[in-house]
Amino acid sequence: MTAHPSDELLDRALVRALQDGLPRVRQPYHAVAERLGIAPDIVFARLRAMLAAGAIRRIGVVPNHYRLGWIANGMSVWDVDDALVDALGKEVGALECVSHCYRRPRRLPLWPYNLFAMVHGRARTEVEEKVAEIALVLGGAARAHDVLYSTRILKKTGLRFGG
Amino acid sequence: MDDIDRLIIGTLQGGFPLCDRPFAAAAAECGIAEDELIARVDRLLADGTLTRFGPLFDAEKLGGAFTLAAMQVPAADFERVAAQVNALPEVAHNYERAHPLNMWFVVATETPEAIAPVIGRIERATGLAVFAFPKEREFFVELKLPA
Repeated sequence: MTAHPSDELLDRALVRALQDGLPRVRQPYHAVAERLGIAPDIVFARLRAMLAAGAIRRIGVVPNHYRLGWIANGMSVWDVDDALVDALGKEVGALECVSHCYRRPRRLPLWPYNLFAMVHGRARTEVEEKVAEIALVLGGAARAHDVLYSTRILKKTGLRFGG
Repeated sequence: MDDIDRLIIGTLQGGFPLCDRPFAAAAAECGIAEDELIARVDRLLADGTLTRFGPLFDAEKLGGAFTLAAMQVPAADFERVAAQVNALPEVAHNYERAHPLNMWFVVATETPEAIAPVIGRIERATGLAVFAFPKEREFFVELKLPA
């Protein structure tokens, strides 16, 4: 079921208004409503609908994890039995310090890995400990793995949504 | 950053209320006053401790598309290829990684159909193969680290 066209327009306006974040005032949602020239109730209703639909993952803060001391990150990649990868991927994703856990296609012969789990730590040794935890979860279902550390950020721009 | 900042980050990572006076509600949870929370969130954003405050959108649910992609770039050509890849506005992130596949980037477009032409443009511009790794299944995308 598609949203009512006017809801779609409202949602696009809200995404544009909120992609740089919420205003830091006592009534931030009212401030957004005022900026868009709509009633606060409509802002609340559309944000609730977008949360329910998953178009908004959550409302909250995103810390700069380097600032918090989480300076090591490794992309761990695993060649996991196709019959088991979906069940095990969920378990790996549930581990603390694993973000962005995905199943992706292999590119044989260069790339045999089908499970990607980004691991964060305060030091590379901590990343290695987490990778060992993942290895325990995967057990014999993982035939091979590797950890790719980033050596340089070449580009990092926020994702922008157009009009 | 003090203990109250850490408590705020921990509390707000989990969620910011959707109500008339959300700062008041969240401040009560942290045991501080509404205006103090506003001032601290402002400061944590200004000094770069927080990179974002507000709704976190899922670009795919909004109609957009992403893919992770990688290239095997000869060392001698690395800087040239990095400049060519980074020049495309559709390339959101690009990392050098220690692996034969040494350049890893994210292509983000407003529609799923736009991904393949962008990858084609990168291959023509650089003369190198691009290996696309579109996600087939997402198990978890959420990073909540203790502050």
